[in-house]
Amino acid sequence: MFGSTAFLIILVLSLLVYAVPEWLKHYFTLGLLTAGIALTSAWSIGVLAGTGQEYEFPLFASEAGVRMVLVIDSLSAFFILVINFTVLIGFLYSRGYLEPYRARMNALRFSIHYFSYLWLWISMLMVVMVRDGLSFLIVWEIMALSSFFLVIFDAEERSILKTGISYLIMMHVSMFFILVAFLIVQKDTGQMSFDSLGEYFGRHRNLPLFLLFFAGFAIKAGFIPLHTWLPEAHPAAPSHISGVMSGVMIKMGIYGIIRVVASMQSDLLVTGVIILIISLISGVLGVMMAIVQHDLKRLLAYHSIENIGIIGIGLGLGVIGQAIGNHALSLLGYAGGVLHVLNHSLFKSLLFFNAGSVYLAAHTRNMEQTGGLMKRMPWTAILFLTGSLAICGLPPFNGFISEFLIYMGMFGSLPGASLFHSILIVGSIAALALIGGLAIFCFTKAFGIVFLGEPRSEQAGNAREADKSMIYPQLATAAMILFIGLGSPLVVKPVFGIVGQTWNLGTQPLVIGAFTANLAQISLAGGIFVVTVAALLLYRRYHLSRRVVEAGPTWGCGYTAVTAKHQYTATSFAYNYNHLARPLLQTKKEIDEIGEDEIFPRKRKFLSHSDDLFKRHLVDRPVNLVTGLLKRLAVMQTGEIRHYILYAFVFMLLVLLLATLKII
Amino acid sequence: MAGFILIVVAALFFPGVILRTKSIASGRKGPGIFQPWKDLSLLLRKGSVFSDTTGLIFKIAPSITLATVIGAMLFLPFAQQKALLSFEGDFIMFAYLLALGKFFTIIAALDTGSSFEGMGASREALFSMLVEPAFFILMATFAMFTGYTSFSVIFNHFFITGNDYVLIYSIIGAYLLVQITMIENSRLPVDDPKTHLELTMIHEVMILDYSGFDKALIHIAGYLKFAIYGSLIYNLVVPAGWNVILQIGLFFAVQVLFAGVIGFTESFRARNKMNKNPKFILTLSSIALIAFMVILILTEKLA
Repeated sequence: MFGSTAFLIILVLSLLVYAVPEWLKHYFTLGLLTAGIALTSAWSIGVLAGTGQEYEFPLFASEAGVRMVLVIDSLSAFFILVINFTVLIGFLYSRGYLEPYRARMNALRFSIHYFSYLWLWISMLMVVMVRDGLSFLIVWEIMALSSFFLVIFDAEERSILKTGISYLIMMHVSMFFILVAFLIVQKDTGQMSFDSLGEYFGRHRNLPLFLLFFAGFAIKAGFIPLHTWLPEAHPAAPSHISGVMSGVMIKMGIYGIIRVVASMQSDLLVTGVIILIISLISGVLGVMMAIVQHDLKRLLAYHSIENIGIIGIGLGLGVIGQAIGNHALSLLGYAGGVLHVLNHSLFKSLLFFNAGSVYLAAHTRNMEQTGGLMKRMPWTAILFLTGSLAICGLPPFNGFISEFLIYMGMFGSLPGASLFHSILIVGSIAALALIGGLAIFCFTKAFGIVFLGEPRSEQAGNAREADKSMIYPQLATAAMILFIGLGSPLVVKPVFGIVGQTWNLGTQPLVIGAFTANLAQISLAGGIFVVTVAALLLYRRYHLSRRVVEAGPTWGCGYTAVTAKHQYTATSFAYNYNHLARPLLQTKKEIDEIGEDEIFPRKRKFLSHSDDLFKRHLVDRPVNLVTGLLKRLAVMQTGEIRHYILYAFVFMLLVLLLATLKII
Repeated sequence: MAGFILIVVAALFFPGVILRTKSIASGRKGPGIFQPWKDLSLLLRKGSVFSDTTGLIFKIAPSITLATVIGAMLFLPFAQQKALLSFEGDFIMFAYLLALGKFFTIIAALDTGSSFEGMGASREALFSMLVEPAFFILMATFAMFTGYTSFSVIFNHFFITGNDYVLIYSIIGAYLLVQITMIENSRLPVDDPKTHLELTMIHEVMILDYSGFDKALIHIAGYLKFAIYGSLIYNLVVPAGWNVILQIGLFFAVQVLFAGVIGFTESFRARNKMNKNPKFILTLSSIALIAFMVILILTEKLA
């Protein structure tokens, strides 16, 4: 078959990245990417535009029975399109971003980078295309490995390598859960595949297996408390990689959860409530921890956790809707979650790319060292603002549409709901509203401190706009954000279709028609708003052209020697919030107080820092405990050969003893 | 349409009524009822001074804020007439549009690079974030009470649900909305618009650097916002089915009363200590939650 052969050829050609000359590597990789993206996108659009028929073909099959089959249904098709878009934009952006690295890194490093990038993309595509459990685990592993190599690209610093390795360990813990879950399915049904999940779920309790899968996939997705790798790995990786990882790779966890949940048949209520509550916690805590970050990319990483939370809220509501037989709630919840996958991939990758441009221009990710960048990098600033407004869920941008769907599901299910359900829903509504408010707090801070005011350091003052080759691809992402925000019915309708097929909701066209008509009204309102803004600005221009317009200094309350250091900083902006959230964030301050006898205080340092509570208690503490224990065992490592022989002897003796006692 | 026009008309005298009330309460002769609009016309005639630090954001923010307020006005119904734009979940867009306006006000303040304005921005961001859940819980209560999810339909059915306790909701809702207005519009007891010290301001300090046309836009947006919340309160307390002529009269009566309440509060009350504000605002969410619990009891879901 032509398609699968072409796909295989791309896989094989990817090896040539190592062989082509250095100047060609970028274009060679780009060529492969474009070809593959055209091919897989064509498949996906075929599936989505067609009658929803699944598209199935073998990738390869050996005589020994090893075979890998690609299956594309509408859910895979959706994910393929999401992956392709962000991966392509990320790659186009990377050309300018990697420019400064070219001088100091050798060709092999770049080959490995491009090769890993290709394989991260290929493995993500395959993750959503294979159904067979073994193939799935293989491509899942390739995805973890390739992203690991991408994260440690800049590994001149030891800390980055360390981050990379801890990331790799987390990914394998995740894989372990998924593997065990698949083995359980195989033992029971004789087949290890997503397709046999339904059979297993039909015969056994659903919850335990779901929890196993969920634990595995939630690590990848970054649900709290399994998120600890995320805020470390994203800042360490180069920015185009952070964009792709946060934009699409963590969504593979969501994809896995969707596949499992869609096959479930019982225990739906408790499953839904579990997903919902974990997601609410992820959403609220994610953004709460984001606010106190100084590192721009770390702040964005915590926001990924928040957004994964929002996606999870949608999915959780969908499952609850199925459990209580509320059709509209299921449809809206699932559609909101699935659409948010797309939305988040757009605005989060955009934000990470811009954070990368800021890093290149100002040589720092620390927000306290930036400021006034909007005058120096106007395009980057406007793109970052677009992303910020979208991630806060404000109209008329795309984030609003997915949050609106979720809100609608919740509000619509309230009339006539049971006691338990109404309490749950109102709690979720309040939490989602709070998440929205906190996100606004966080992004007014991020945008305001980084791009507005005066530069707080010399590097920031000397910043220059990013290269055009980095700006243009981002414009495409920004255009998509606006398109979904203003033309939502066009996008949501297919999403309803995907949701209907994935969960077999058997949705009536009438219901979908009503919701889409509703969204058309939102587009209308958005349109009116945009026109009003344009009209006001035009009138303003005309008005000011006939008045005296002067320039002067900012009002300093009578004080005239104001410097950039007097500005509000990221820390001071978050100070009042920090005061409220202290019990949760455990912000630590280090300062030695000025003594009474100290007439002329000497120079001193002030340090404030907020830890991730979960990382400290769930990862660092157990790991330290185990390493401490192992260190004690090191006493046995004497370096003398007779001791080692003794250990072997004792061991054999023990085995013999146990065997005679019939214990083993 | 009627709702839209009535709000504009109400906004014309709303700030004046507050001023008059305050003058009367403090025993001053005070300015006339249209003084705020005379001030506006003065601002519109003047030129503008822009700080060198500011850029694009500072210039576009007031226009965007006003546009969000005008956008929010489209969703408000009057009597049995539907709003200009009415769809399921329109109140979500209402709240998020106003939040968009806030977003721009806050970043415009940061655009000046002034520590005073940064301080105001930080306070405004925190307080408006805390008030968000209260409004949504309130709307959830109404959605549950009436079974609908759009302003127009909720208010149309509010008094004809056949529930005997509707007055309780009407009163709790009105109370919460009054408090939310105070926070959203930065009035007492959260913020004192008449304070003369930058350090104790919230909203006023954020717009210190505005002058001329842009400042006028900010004021207009503020007046309209008062009338918007006044109109929401009106819809909650007066049944939609009453005679229309009577309703128009009542509408203005409610707006005047609302303005009067604000004027009196500001005359006889001091501003909260700044770090008491979060507690005060979160209390509103708790009251909204209590209202919700009460509805569970009344609809016999919670025995």
